Amino acid sequence: MGLNIEENKKLVEEVLEAYPKKARKDREKHFQVATDNAIDCGTCAVKSNIKSRPGVMTPRGCAYAGSKGVVWGPIKDMVHISHGPVGCGQYSWGSRRNFANGTLGIDNFTAMQITSDFQETDIVFGGDKKLAVIMREITEMFPLAKGISVQSECPVGLIGDDIEAVSKKMSKELDMPIVPVRCEGFRGVSQSLGHHIANDAIRDFVMGRAELAETGPYDVNIIGDYNIGGDAWASRILLEEMGLRVIAQWSGDGSLNELEVAHKAKLNLIHCHRSMNYMVDHMEKAYGIPWLEYNFFGPTKTYESLRAIAALFDATIQENCEKMIAKYKPVMDAIINKFRPRLENKTVMLMIGGLRSRHTIGAYEDLGMDIVASGYEFAHKDDYEKMLPMLQEGTIIMDDPTAYELEELTQRMNIDLVGSGVKEKYVYHKMGVPFRQMHSWDYSGPYHGFDGFKVFAKDMDMTVNSPVWDLVTRKSKIQPEEASI
Amino acid sequence: MSKDELNIKDNTSLFKEERYVQQRENKKQFEAPCSEQETAEALAYSKSAEYMEKNFNRQNVVINPHKACQPLGSVMAALGFEKTLPFVHGSQGCNAYFRSHLSRHFKEPTPSVSTSMTEDAAVFGGMNNLIDGLENSVALYKPEMVAICTTCMAEVIGDDLNSFIGNARIKGVISEEYPVAYCNTPSFVGSHITGYDAMIKGILSYLYTRSGIESKPGSGADSGEKLNVLLGFEPYTGNFAELRKILAAFDTKYTILGDHSGNYDSPATGEYEYYYGGTKLEDVPQAANALGTLSLQKYTLKKTQEYISGTWNQQISALSTPLGIKGTDQLLEAISELTGLPVPASLTEERGRVVDALMDSHPYLHGKRVALVGDPDLLIGLIGFCLETGMEPVHIVCSNGDVDYNEVKFKDEAEALLATSPYGSEATVHVGKDLWHMRSLLLNDTVDLAIGSSHLKFAAKDADVPLIRVGFPIFDRHHMHRYPIIGYQGTLNLLSLIVNTILQQLDDNHSGFNFELVR
Repeated sequence: MGLNIEENKKLVEEVLEAYPKKARKDREKHFQVATDNAIDCGTCAVKSNIKSRPGVMTPRGCAYAGSKGVVWGPIKDMVHISHGPVGCGQYSWGSRRNFANGTLGIDNFTAMQITSDFQETDIVFGGDKKLAVIMREITEMFPLAKGISVQSECPVGLIGDDIEAVSKKMSKELDMPIVPVRCEGFRGVSQSLGHHIANDAIRDFVMGRAELAETGPYDVNIIGDYNIGGDAWASRILLEEMGLRVIAQWSGDGSLNELEVAHKAKLNLIHCHRSMNYMVDHMEKAYGIPWLEYNFFGPTKTYESLRAIAALFDATIQENCEKMIAKYKPVMDAIINKFRPRLENKTVMLMIGGLRSRHTIGAYEDLGMDIVASGYEFAHKDDYEKMLPMLQEGTIIMDDPTAYELEELTQRMNIDLVGSGVKEKYVYHKMGVPFRQMHSWDYSGPYHGFDGFKVFAKDMDMTVNSPVWDLVTRKSKIQPEEASI
Repeated sequence: MSKDELNIKDNTSLFKEERYVQQRENKKQFEAPCSEQETAEALAYSKSAEYMEKNFNRQNVVINPHKACQPLGSVMAALGFEKTLPFVHGSQGCNAYFRSHLSRHFKEPTPSVSTSMTEDAAVFGGMNNLIDGLENSVALYKPEMVAICTTCMAEVIGDDLNSFIGNARIKGVISEEYPVAYCNTPSFVGSHITGYDAMIKGILSYLYTRSGIESKPGSGADSGEKLNVLLGFEPYTGNFAELRKILAAFDTKYTILGDHSGNYDSPATGEYEYYYGGTKLEDVPQAANALGTLSLQKYTLKKTQEYISGTWNQQISALSTPLGIKGTDQLLEAISELTGLPVPASLTEERGRVVDALMDSHPYLHGKRVALVGDPDLLIGLIGFCLETGMEPVHIVCSNGDVDYNEVKFKDEAEALLATSPYGSEATVHVGKDLWHMRSLLLNDTVDLAIGSSHLKFAAKDADVPLIRVGFPIFDRHHMHRYPIIGYQGTLNLLSLIVNTILQQLDDNHSGFNFELVR
């Protein structure tokens, strides 16, 4: 099972031996093996949200990736300028699968790369003048664009450009919201600061700027769902079936108007707490809107979440909720009955961004699978504290694990399924280890809600039980076990 | 439980269900969307000549460019050498992007590390990051060489790689002898191809200089008539194999300088090894004694070629990507000239077979109007291929085409090549333009086919033109890079891809009497 506390502590120690002294000392702080005690009191000793060691192949990205790639990029009716050299915009172009309805290049600008393509002269003389021209050209090229955001790349901050002043001036001239976002890649230690900076920009430049024609007692927002593979749609359909009215969806398939009217909601429902907790905190303080973190991965967590949401409303909603659960439960049970026998007791290692390493645990457990190691790229202390109670004793918790650590742990623990990102994926294919890309659902999805769980279950079965893995002899570095005979 | 309820629909069909269609309509009340009429008008306007004129008049905004930044090319170049770890000096996000981007194209791992520079490094410089990074990466990933390139951040703050590496040696983090090659690759200069060139030149010059060897072309002790071969920023691992086949047929000795085909086509054996194949480090100084050098991407490898002809004093045959029959003929002539060996009969025979295939298919290709997008050397090859098959290149867009070779600009060469054939008479070469320009071109002056990378799929879809995926990156088709597109065999592959796309289109568009069995 790979859940022996002492063995796993020893295992982590052995793996870290490869590092030079200074780096080992640092990496030790990023590991913990879940014990009964720690699970009960929820105290996590793992160090997080601090700098990655240079030279170690961290899975992490940067603030720009957090702002443009995650938060702002999916807002579909605004044009997001990747302001700086060509690369950042090119690499984040269409690779995160934030589905959005609309016509690309006409009233939807998500899967596009719009950049100031900095040249040497821009570095020397500054890019501010060019930025103003770019904004005018954007309104010419995309007359239906509702607004513009400026996503700063590294050089913009380093050469001291005043994108705030340009944005302010051009916002008046062009009569539309223009949002400067200081998300230069060198800021902070990962994507995480980029989410925060992006959230602050929403707060400062768009929040509360529009009104709803009429509000109602059931108005809610979906916060922190990026609509990967249509996740937000599969979530929204449940909330609406329950009788709630989703007035804003942040930010997958989101629009400027939804950002502007969200303050009229009666409740904020937040899925990715890591990337948008700043928003719900602010809206609670500024507008008195309560918030609730929910989890729509796997039926167990989805029932729990639906009931928790319904409990905040009246009897009608609560009845609707129970009716809905009664309606979907047989289908979910049938899915579990079909797939669980094929997946029972398979061990899983997860290393995903800032939410799914925790939120997907329940979905795996619904299928009878055991999480034996779980870690985040860019989580904070509260994420680990929330994750601990969901884990079994002996599970390895890891923060910002390096490629080397993940590979060693996978082999030594003889893992049956690894869930991580595209940078990791093909390594596991060489190793003959079933792998699922959990940032973009490996081009499948949705995985949220009841419709999503069906796809999730099918995909996990397809991955773990594909005959292709039998074509290669897996080399394991299994921990020495005590003689059982 | 009914069978229907267990029917699992994913995003390809789920959202077509009525309940989701309704959801989409209902959501609009909160989106404050433009009216359907406004959207329809804007769409029509975006396809108009008036819009195209405005599009071509824009000065500063760049929309959907067909190029990446320098250090991405450097990472690919570094992976062309045996047990070499690419090392990116700058913000860690860049490295994450290079690794993802390359892995999405090749469907293979991209081992590469970064110095993870943050705010403090922006102020104080990244020396400590570089020293710590060298210590950690050498301990963990055990490379035989580290190859460092810079990002725009390191360049803007002016970090000095040479002195930083020197200080790492003084500190004892790496030994005096441990090889660390480097190059400067600011992202605000050039593109991925210039970055590739910078790193190849960086590695060749570094390994040569430190070896103390003095180049004597044609004098290598065991190298005999050895030839150096450079493929350039090569998105096709199959092209390496094809070139090896051709050189083997010539029975000449050769060294490929920068061979990432091992790293980007490694076997699944149950174990991951970080480094696969690549040019042996000890072969690099020896390469200075080769008879001559064959370069297959002359615009990409500009500085490397200058270095080899200057410092190594070697004869260089610099071609563009050898596509098509004539392109391959040129390749074989160049090898023959450099080595003094005759063109082998097996290749002449192969040529005949592929020419036969072209004859079989020519009616479906002839007169087809084609749009082309790509890097300069690929485009020269593609234009040549089109012209010899009777296809007519019409729109040619090269975002990073402002490269010259021996004072011949890419644009001049492309235009001169087009002028050699009546089939090139309608073509226009757009250098420094992007795929949004291409969209206008496709919508205002229609073609039958588009040839380019996956990024061209948006414009091709808007114009309802089938896209033949060639070049980099190809994200949305599998295994294309495993098959060569150079040489006679590559020509056959390209031909099959194109003619069968056209035949599929006939089947898709026809029914009844012209849904024909034999074509």
